[in-house]
Amino acid sequence: MTSSAMQQLYQQIILDHAKSAHGAVAELPAISADAATTATVDGVRLAQSHQVNTTCGDEVTVRVGLTGTGADAQVDEFAWCGAGCSISMASASVLNDTVRGTSVAESEAMLDLFREMLRSRGTIEPDEEVLGDAAAFAGVSKYPARVKCAMLPWVAFEAALLQLR
Amino acid sequence: MSTDEVLRIRNDFPVLHQLVNGHPLAYLDSGATSQNPISVMEAEQEYYEQRNAAVHRGAHTLAFAATEVFEAARATVAAFVGARENEIVWTSNATEGVNLVAYSFSNASLGLGDAASARFRLSAGDEIVVTEMEHHSNLIPWQQLALRTGATLRFIPVLPDGTLDLTAAADILNPRTRLLAVTHASNVVGTINPIDDLVALAHAVDALVFLDACQSAPHLALDLAALDVDFAVFSGHKMLGPTGIGVLYGKADLLADMPPFLTGGSMITTVDMEKAEFLAPPQRFEAGTQRISQAIALASAVDYLSHTGMGRIRAREAELGSRLVEGVSAIPGVRLLGPGVGVERIGLAAVDVAGVHAHDVGQFLDEAGIAVRVGHHCAQPLHKKLGVTASTRASTYLYTTDDEVDQFLAVLAEVAPFFGVAR
Repeated sequence: MTSSAMQQLYQQIILDHAKSAHGAVAELPAISADAATTATVDGVRLAQSHQVNTTCGDEVTVRVGLTGTGADAQVDEFAWCGAGCSISMASASVLNDTVRGTSVAESEAMLDLFREMLRSRGTIEPDEEVLGDAAAFAGVSKYPARVKCAMLPWVAFEAALLQLR
Repeated sequence: MSTDEVLRIRNDFPVLHQLVNGHPLAYLDSGATSQNPISVMEAEQEYYEQRNAAVHRGAHTLAFAATEVFEAARATVAAFVGARENEIVWTSNATEGVNLVAYSFSNASLGLGDAASARFRLSAGDEIVVTEMEHHSNLIPWQQLALRTGATLRFIPVLPDGTLDLTAAADILNPRTRLLAVTHASNVVGTINPIDDLVALAHAVDALVFLDACQSAPHLALDLAALDVDFAVFSGHKMLGPTGIGVLYGKADLLADMPPFLTGGSMITTVDMEKAEFLAPPQRFEAGTQRISQAIALASAVDYLSHTGMGRIRAREAELGSRLVEGVSAIPGVRLLGPGVGVERIGLAAVDVAGVHAHDVGQFLDEAGIAVRVGHHCAQPLHKKLGVTASTRASTYLYTTDDEVDQFLAVLAEVAPFFGVAR
């Protein structure tokens, strides 16, 4: 009964990323002993954000490390840990591949594109040249209940960046 | 209950007769919310068309008629659970009922109420006992009550097979215990807890027993007086009724001594600018305009259940539960949470598909028109104890067919191959 709708949602790229999640670590301990969620280590400014999807309990923690300042700052370090469905785990893996080594400006532009695509209810045909593997999530936009799953790690990334503004 | 009878029952539930994603809907999420028969929807409509008025006030004909059906609804629901009318308090849902008692105790602890309310005062040294199996609704209000009063929250552990550790319970319940809050039937593992044993243990140390009957009132003949619990809650929408209505049961002598939770109109006798006197229960706990149409519709739902027969519903659900349990146990890589074949359960089963997240399982089933619940089902501690973060739950009711269960099992078996974990 495996329908084409299911295959469109769960593209092989997504299933592959979910299985070999790039950039995933077993755990991300608190960034500092006190309650702070940012720190500077060896010139790298670190921030961390933990996000939970209250519908299903999926969790993702993203840690970013920036060198430089402003929009030109580089995403020098990226790590995440989490537990969740194949969509959220694959999305975190793709996020790792997408933003690691880019500038803050570039990664924020990608974030906007990704969000726009996911909110389009299937009306936006993604540009694979620009989005790369992230384009595989276009099918998710037809399932409003799953958009949150795909966005979860990106929201964590965005929240971490915001702390380093 | 014969196949023909189940099919006849289904005719009373219009929502069941539709296609979802091109497949006939198989609604297996009644544990979350049940569907309404036509008679229940008609009862609500009839009220609005014929009698709508504010109850317990006003001297006109409609107001009398509305009050009469509203109170008749209370009598119907009271009789359904072996209670007296003045022991039934309407709430918006079961969660509000738990909070009502928790905040009433809190208010008593602040010195509110009368001299008799002192029996509900909690402070440091007192203990509130819950179980690891509780729905968040029967956990968090007690956590918060403990935080407000300085009481200690303790819990009865769940054993690996999903049953309560009664040996531990006997140690945990002690003379410092003031209240035991426990669910009658688990919304995750489906087990029916030995309430008689727990009530005996709790009452032996003079602790009150608060029963979460959300998963039992819809599925078996409930006699609260016979169970001898002190309080109980259940919700209308899980037993063929509408949303927005729940029931709190409290023994009359306890309710009589409790200070109110929500205050305002309709719950007072005399008021001056500094203070107010309160009505006797149940009105003391029913501040503001009530959920009149919902109460009437719930009574109609109870009539439907009574007419069908709770004993027969329990037996039918035990069949469906066994069918689920035997079926999922036969699928490689699928783990059943809770007790296996041969242990009576309400008609539900929660499973973990190895290597596939519950949300993905639910999506796959939905594509085939099968509605199930995925996630932690508002029972995170229990899932943690069973070693999973989320699960997939199929829950049945009197309108569920064997075919629907079989269809669920067939599609569930395809999940692991699709996600590539069975290769």
